[in-house]
Amino acid sequence: MTPHFLTRTLDRSATVFLLIVAAVGILIPLSNLLLPADSPLQVPTYLMALFGKYVCYAILALSIDLIWGYCGILSLGHGAFFALGGYAMGMYLMRQIGSRGVYGNPILPDFMVFLNYKALPWYWYGFDMFWFAAAMVLIAPGILAFVFGWLTFRSRVSGVYLSIITQAMTYALLLAFFRNDFGFGGNNGLTDFKDILGFNVQADGTRAALFALSCLALIIGFLVCRAIVTSKLGKVLIAIRDAESRTRFLGYRVESYKLFVFTLSACMAGVAGALYVPQVGIINPGEFAPANSIEAVIWVAVGGRGTLVGAALGAVVVNYAKTVFTSGALAPYWLFMLGALFILVTLLLPKGIIGTFNAWMEGRKARNTANADSAAAEDGVTKPHLAEKA
Amino acid sequence: MTVTETPAPATPVSHAPAIIDPVVAAREAEARQKRITSAQLYLDGVHVSFDGFHAINNLSMVLAPGEMRAIIGPNGAGKTTMMDIITGKTKPDEGDVYFDGIHDLTLLDETKIAELGIGRKFQKPTVFESQTIYDNLLLALNVDHSVRGTLFWRGSRAEAEGIDKVLETIRLTDSRDRLAGNLSHGQKQWLEIGMLLAQDPKLLLVDEPVAGMTDVETHQTAELLKAINRDNKTVMVVEHDMTFVRELGVKVTCLHEGTVLAEGTIDQVSTNDRVVEVYLGR
Repeated sequence: MTPHFLTRTLDRSATVFLLIVAAVGILIPLSNLLLPADSPLQVPTYLMALFGKYVCYAILALSIDLIWGYCGILSLGHGAFFALGGYAMGMYLMRQIGSRGVYGNPILPDFMVFLNYKALPWYWYGFDMFWFAAAMVLIAPGILAFVFGWLTFRSRVSGVYLSIITQAMTYALLLAFFRNDFGFGGNNGLTDFKDILGFNVQADGTRAALFALSCLALIIGFLVCRAIVTSKLGKVLIAIRDAESRTRFLGYRVESYKLFVFTLSACMAGVAGALYVPQVGIINPGEFAPANSIEAVIWVAVGGRGTLVGAALGAVVVNYAKTVFTSGALAPYWLFMLGALFILVTLLLPKGIIGTFNAWMEGRKARNTANADSAAAEDGVTKPHLAEKA
Repeated sequence: MTVTETPAPATPVSHAPAIIDPVVAAREAEARQKRITSAQLYLDGVHVSFDGFHAINNLSMVLAPGEMRAIIGPNGAGKTTMMDIITGKTKPDEGDVYFDGIHDLTLLDETKIAELGIGRKFQKPTVFESQTIYDNLLLALNVDHSVRGTLFWRGSRAEAEGIDKVLETIRLTDSRDRLAGNLSHGQKQWLEIGMLLAQDPKLLLVDEPVAGMTDVETHQTAELLKAINRDNKTVMVVEHDMTFVRELGVKVTCLHEGTVLAEGTIDQVSTNDRVVEVYLGR
């Protein structure tokens, strides 16, 4: 019989992970808001915003791990879904500026006035309402992923070909969003946000709330992923990853499974992007850059694919390293280091940080039980043979 | 279609409980009428070529319901390609392939064909190596295979008992929680046969089930397949091992260059001049 949903979903590493994220999500905002600025334990706002960015990246990494680690779909264009979610949120934030913009137009955002737009394009309708924008955060990446996945998975495009097409997808979107007449702010993107749901986006309180919300989203995203990978559907996904055609011969409609996780994963990436934008204060076409998506895959590889916890950890570790290295004398060499990191991880830690740790723990456990067994055997025998010991 | 009609011994829906609903009854009668053959599996004039190479050439074969058939033939005779056609992996250029007399297999994909009740064991044992033996059987189980069905799946006692029974049959009860990748070659073969059992198909296509097995294991496999066949399942076995084929004691079809060379008992086929010729290359 199957164990209960909660016991199935929450093994030890999952519980530890959730507790850490919850603690970080509560303590950092509290320390930022309540402790005096000169206290050594006070987390400055810039640092909280930085960590908030990492948490959003962790959600993106989680969404990639769900499809890559468990279903073998290597998407090198997941940044596109992240950016689409970000743009949906950015459009809401633009509409909230209202007449406080440079040109003071109550309806049109500044860039539209600048580009001589006479009226709001139809696809900007509704974004003045938060609920609509929030729905679009899920719907826009979801629909793109559904259509893209429906076409590719049904034609049985997989492996490296799929990866290349995803790169092309995000690159095409990059070019489209760069265009001024596309209606999304062109090169400059969307920025100069004023407030979100009536709260000033620059205020410490809002930033603390956004940080806590990002942690909550990470927790929810993690629980959803865990629930999926520990269900029977998770076993089917692994079966597809390991032997796709065999799974077909057992009567599973592989393309439906792929489409389901791919779309879900895109929605998760969209949420990550939506939480990212108000915290960094800008969204521009650069987020669609193919290199961004590849970087996100590297986070997952470094943390350990197919472990979920590893993906989140990898995102934080690699991005922290990036922050450290790109702000010092080593800045010009960051991309080389990233490449070297990917090669070294592939060669030396093919299972990533968490995967290697798990393997080490299991090996230790196996040795311990073996030792216990041989100890028990030695107790039974009056004198152990020397040969046995060797 | 030139098929001599004989009264259908078993219709696909005849396993269902007594039907009272007139709509269902009418549909069933219609389906029975539509049956173009009473055979479980029917291949007629099938052609397949890959880049000019004729892998299957005017292949015709009929398997009656509940029959077990052994397929032999030298390398490249088209045995595996034939299984690919039946399971929907390869589409024939020409010819008819019918299952149960009503389903045109050339129009269906692998998933649909598996759902109709055709199970396959591959030449190279293909199990899900990173999952446990129990999970391998669980995945093979003939239950709801939809995304929603598996997402909200909750195991039932009947399912668990079914898997336990299969584990007993393939003698892997003690290793149920081991990873399938850690099994020996012979055990993997058995696990794959176990997956076929869990799948509970009407027609089993078994490709080289005893490759890499000891004599004892080969004997056990023959017994197992015979037991499956006694359970009213149609079985097609491809095998090179003549001792094994002899032990099965069923009708043998010899393929050569994608077409049927000889058909009959093992003694008839093995003394057939043309068969001897292709095997010994005289």
